[in-house]
Amino acid sequence: MAVAPAPAPPASARLSLPDSAGHFGVYGGVYVPETLMTALSDLTAAYEIARNDPAFQSELRHHLKEFAGRPTELYFAERLTAHCGGAKIYLKREDLLHTGAHKINNALGQALLAKRMGKKRIIAETGAGQHGVATAAVCAKFGLECVVYMGAVDMERQALNVFRMRLMGAEVRGVEAGQKTLKDAVNEAMRDWVTNVRGTHYILGSALGAHPYPMMVRDFHRVIGQEAKEQLRQREGRLPDEIIACVGGGSNAIGIFYDFLDEASVRLIGVEAGGRGIKRGEHAARFEGGKLGVLQGSKTYILQNPDGQIELTHSVSAGLDYAAIGPEHAYYRDQGRIGYAYACDDEVMESFQLVSRLEGIIPALETTHALVHGLKRAKEMRKDEILLINLSGRGDKDVNQVAKMLGVTLR
Amino acid sequence: MDRIAQAFARARANNRAVFVAYLCAGDPDQETSLAACRALIESGVDLLELGVPFSDPLADGLTNQLAAQRALDGGMTAAGVFALVHRLRTEFPELPIVFYTYYNLVFSNGVGAYVRAAREAGVDGMLTLDLPPEEGAELSAACAQEGIKTVLIVAPTTPESRLPIIARAATGFIYYVSREGVTGVRDSVATDMPAAVARIKAHTTLPVVVGFGISKREHVAEVAACADGVVVGSALVNTIRDHLADRAGIPAAMAARARDLVAGVSRSAVPGP
Repeated sequence: MAVAPAPAPPASARLSLPDSAGHFGVYGGVYVPETLMTALSDLTAAYEIARNDPAFQSELRHHLKEFAGRPTELYFAERLTAHCGGAKIYLKREDLLHTGAHKINNALGQALLAKRMGKKRIIAETGAGQHGVATAAVCAKFGLECVVYMGAVDMERQALNVFRMRLMGAEVRGVEAGQKTLKDAVNEAMRDWVTNVRGTHYILGSALGAHPYPMMVRDFHRVIGQEAKEQLRQREGRLPDEIIACVGGGSNAIGIFYDFLDEASVRLIGVEAGGRGIKRGEHAARFEGGKLGVLQGSKTYILQNPDGQIELTHSVSAGLDYAAIGPEHAYYRDQGRIGYAYACDDEVMESFQLVSRLEGIIPALETTHALVHGLKRAKEMRKDEILLINLSGRGDKDVNQVAKMLGVTLR
Repeated sequence: MDRIAQAFARARANNRAVFVAYLCAGDPDQETSLAACRALIESGVDLLELGVPFSDPLADGLTNQLAAQRALDGGMTAAGVFALVHRLRTEFPELPIVFYTYYNLVFSNGVGAYVRAAREAGVDGMLTLDLPPEEGAELSAACAQEGIKTVLIVAPTTPESRLPIIARAATGFIYYVSREGVTGVRDSVATDMPAAVARIKAHTTLPVVVGFGISKREHVAEVAACADGVVVGSALVNTIRDHLADRAGIPAAMAARARDLVAGVSRSAVPGP
């Protein structure tokens, strides 16, 4: 197989984004109450120093290896490939990381940063609970106080993760406001931060929110794509033809995409939650019916009504059940560099079982959205093509919910 | 002189601070909300700050969140808020009305169109909670074009270096939030408030009002002694919350509550600090 020439990275827009005020083109920015402006500029300054500090990077690498379990494997999904009969399917096994998903990459990075900034109290929001669990774990490890906000509806559908967080010493606060899901948890975490800003660091869990979060979270997950690129080079001697990842806020997706943005031959596809279909209030596919707006710190695509009130969303997966998409995704969609698709709940349930049966891997419901689209694409692609799917998280947390949906009683 | 500046000039001439009252538009329904606003104005409130209900009010505490939720559940819309302002404007031609809002509501259908509609309804100023001056150029330009004043917040965490930036962006008045945190009733006024007001005044000739958590007449008096205006919000919103079972009784309760608090703004009645 021919080795693709490694082109010198062009002086692309990628490397200069976001601008110093956090803008990706018209997207991103800093839309927060005045009380948080100083905290965000302090955070931006601290992060700028840390990201250029070899000591910080080497400490982070150390913890990513010893605590989180990096590098993660690149796995050739032989039976899924045979099942589809098209492209060779590789899975980037972020599900094998400690705490069960890619979220630990960012939680470790931000916790180290909080330590450098002298913040002793950590807050976080969580949807599916994966970011909450990752944050609880790093806080336990570093001896930091940890409060996690979680929508009451999500606490019920992800009860196991609530218990895991509590076991690791985190306080989980249920949010009863609004729709009681991820968006409401973010509101509540921001309220906490507004109130306790001086001693508290907010570990935001996705590539969302005000600058520097979308950039910083992306940077901490960039390791996914860097590893996958090198692993594929060693295994296949070339780049993949297409990469697929699920997109809630979009952290695992931007993490695996980022180091391929300049590789023009590699197609990049993000998969949103189609819920029960693209009807108002029934889905969380922001590029299907969302429009430009400002929510929770950032200008981006948002599901909203004609007055600008934020719409209800629905997805079988708590982690994708969110009305806004990370601003960098909105930018690269405009540029035509990243394409977006969506997968619906019923397709997700089907692929969840199929992948479990064929590969012995139970994927997270969030991740399964990428698999749904990946299986479709693999069938359309040629056998000599390579499809890389980010297996962003494992599905252990979802088995109770899936059993319930399948009508199986667990004792 | 615009209505906002006139209100401050009138108060200054009478040796009192401006009393700014906050209510959420449409809480708990359009007619009751109008009657509650009317009761406030007739009880001596100088400036009305109308919260535009938003689904995700992340700078607000529980009191205001629930008020916004009641208003939205009661059917409040953007058009409904403008209609409410228009009726108040007709009844009270001198009353300054300032929107207290979140940027998505202003931005989503075009900033220019929104600000024009606000001006046509009779809005005098806009305080956009999640819009710092760094992102505010488009709204500032639209407000300048329509003659609507901008109101900016200064927080206890705001460093000296940001004060000139905020002062430049403000054209109506500056709102000092006397506490870190979200909106809501507090037991006392922050002790460093007079110094903070003085610090802001070094950067602007605009009036400075103080708010966040003021709920007692003594607090009003304390603030009135050192600031140009006093904002009371949650304490009034709670009056609505406490009378939801008897909506017809809300205007009278609101008037009683407001009269008690408004009495605190007169500087001649209370010795300065």
